[in-house]
Amino acid sequence: MTIRGQAHILGHHIDTDVIIPARYLLTSDPAELARYVFEDLDPALRQRVRPGDILVAGENFGQGSSREHAPLAIKGLGVSCMVARSFARIFYRNAFNVGLPIVECQDAHGHTSEGDALEVDLATGQVTNVTRGEVYAGTPVPEFMQRLLASGGLVGYVRAELARKRT
Amino acid sequence: MGMTLTEKILAVHSGQREVRPGDLIDCRVDFLFANDITAPMAIKEFEKMGVENVFDPDRVAFVFDHYVPNKDIASAQQCKITREFVSAHHLPHFYDIGRSGIAHVLLAELGFVAPGEVFVGADSHTCNHGALGAFATGVGSSDLAAAMALGRLWLRVPESTKFVFTGQMRRWVTGKDLILKVIGDIGVDGARYGAMEFSGDALTQLTMDERFSITNMAVEAGAKNGIMEPDDVTLAWVTPRARRPFAVVRSDPDARYADVHEYDVSSMEPVVSVPSSPGNVMPVREAAGVKVDQCFIGTCTNGRIGDLRDAAKVLAGRTVHPQTRLLVIPATPAIYRQALEEGLVQIFLDAGAAISTSTCGPCIGGHMGVLAEGEVCVSTSSRNFVGRMGHRSSKVYLSNAAVAAAAAVAGKLVHPDEVVRDMVPA
Ligand code: SF4
Repeated sequence: MTIRGQAHILGHHIDTDVIIPARYLLTSDPAELARYVFEDLDPALRQRVRPGDILVAGENFGQGSSREHAPLAIKGLGVSCMVARSFARIFYRNAFNVGLPIVECQDAHGHTSEGDALEVDLATGQVTNVTRGEVYAGTPVPEFMQRLLASGGLVGYVRAELARKRT
Repeated sequence: MGMTLTEKILAVHSGQREVRPGDLIDCRVDFLFANDITAPMAIKEFEKMGVENVFDPDRVAFVFDHYVPNKDIASAQQCKITREFVSAHHLPHFYDIGRSGIAHVLLAELGFVAPGEVFVGADSHTCNHGALGAFATGVGSSDLAAAMALGRLWLRVPESTKFVFTGQMRRWVTGKDLILKVIGDIGVDGARYGAMEFSGDALTQLTMDERFSITNMAVEAGAKNGIMEPDDVTLAWVTPRARRPFAVVRSDPDARYADVHEYDVSSMEPVVSVPSSPGNVMPVREAAGVKVDQCFIGTCTNGRIGDLRDAAKVLAGRTVHPQTRLLVIPATPAIYRQALEEGLVQIFLDAGAAISTSTCGPCIGGHMGVLAEGEVCVSTSSRNFVGRMGHRSSKVYLSNAAVAAAAAVAGKLVHPDEVVRDMVPA
């Protein structure tokens, strides 16, 4: 599966509190959460992001709390895919579970500029910077995680598992 | 080849003789829980999964701790969703306000986790319970919903890193200082995806309260879990509480570790994490002098009786600085009661502290003690990210309870010796 979109560049160690502050955790509606996403990081960011865009971050994106509201808020913003040097582990799980594709790639961050056109291949983890004509190797999304994404997240996956067990 | 404590527990719970770091396993879960923020989302996902019942009502708990007593209509609505689910499914382990406390402290206190078990919570600080020699990890709401349905969770077996503490603990240095020091050294992603195993003879000098504050903050180094081998102190604490028979698991002598870090605690001093990362760690003396608007003693990291005792040692016979406010929140009703019985509550009241019912409270900046623009708080909590406790320009310093109490008295960040020494007759 290949995802295309325009890049927005974020920094390192972005935590879940600045992705979606706790004061907005009283809903699980992605559209509602998207109204506050990144509020304490850069309140103008959510205005710049268009549906289908790709976020490119540095190390340890999503550190901190287990709030699934964080990937949900990013998904609610219409982000099609996230690329980071690394993700914090609970964020990593949560992103797949809510069906937000994410890819670990060392070189995209640092080489990509705001607005570059990117193509992300989930199976290989490869990120192509169309604007610059560069290709960055990434970590392939494990097959199990690809199945999760293909089922639309964990709920779809569990439903399928349960159906399989019943037959 | 031997296995670490974490690997052994995961092997048993996935029905295998052996697991290795990196293995993807389908793991049996002994107990799981969600709180008032994460439960409603987990319930929504659970209902979408098309499952009628939770896998075992006796192994599921719901604990209200974040926005309770409810701060507004929206938070009350969230709690209502959980209450209705609990009564529809006749779930026995439901903790509503009055009987509730901060989940990580409460569930351990009530014996819902024991050595050798797998414990999963929809809250990142679930790693807290590793102090009992259990594998405990935080997950999101969908993972919790799946575990609620299946009694299982898919996991990648983490690599273990060992942290060995030796030497003699000094006055005012606590488990909190040890874990802050480690996070300062290895960084907020220094243990990312891994297991942190804590050991060494200095640990045996620590109470369970202090040990919990160490494993509690493993997540601040990015770890999947923090864990300690049970010893006599652990068993004396857990045996009268545990609700299920348990078997102690230890690391094999030839277990493989990704890395080993050694610390001599004899030379350690109380430290603080300065804004805005738990990894910005320095001795209190180096950060001393910062003017403080609010101090907060509480949370799943340091709201236990030992922390309140440490704070009372500093606050006894002293008062909170006129330009500073102090909030004290015992983590559970049992701790509150004990603090009353020991006269600690009296000391806090006399000092001019505000004492609240057990809740996360100011820790997440959602209600109670929210910080205004530019305000500074010394907090015994675990996170000092931008905006964590209020306005995005407010600042949080993380410390142990004695340091927070000393800052409350002095109105600025100081080493507790500076406050306590003042009052000692020459
Ligand atoms: S006390 Fe703070 S860190 Fe602990 S569970 Fe509550 S909000 Fe989270």
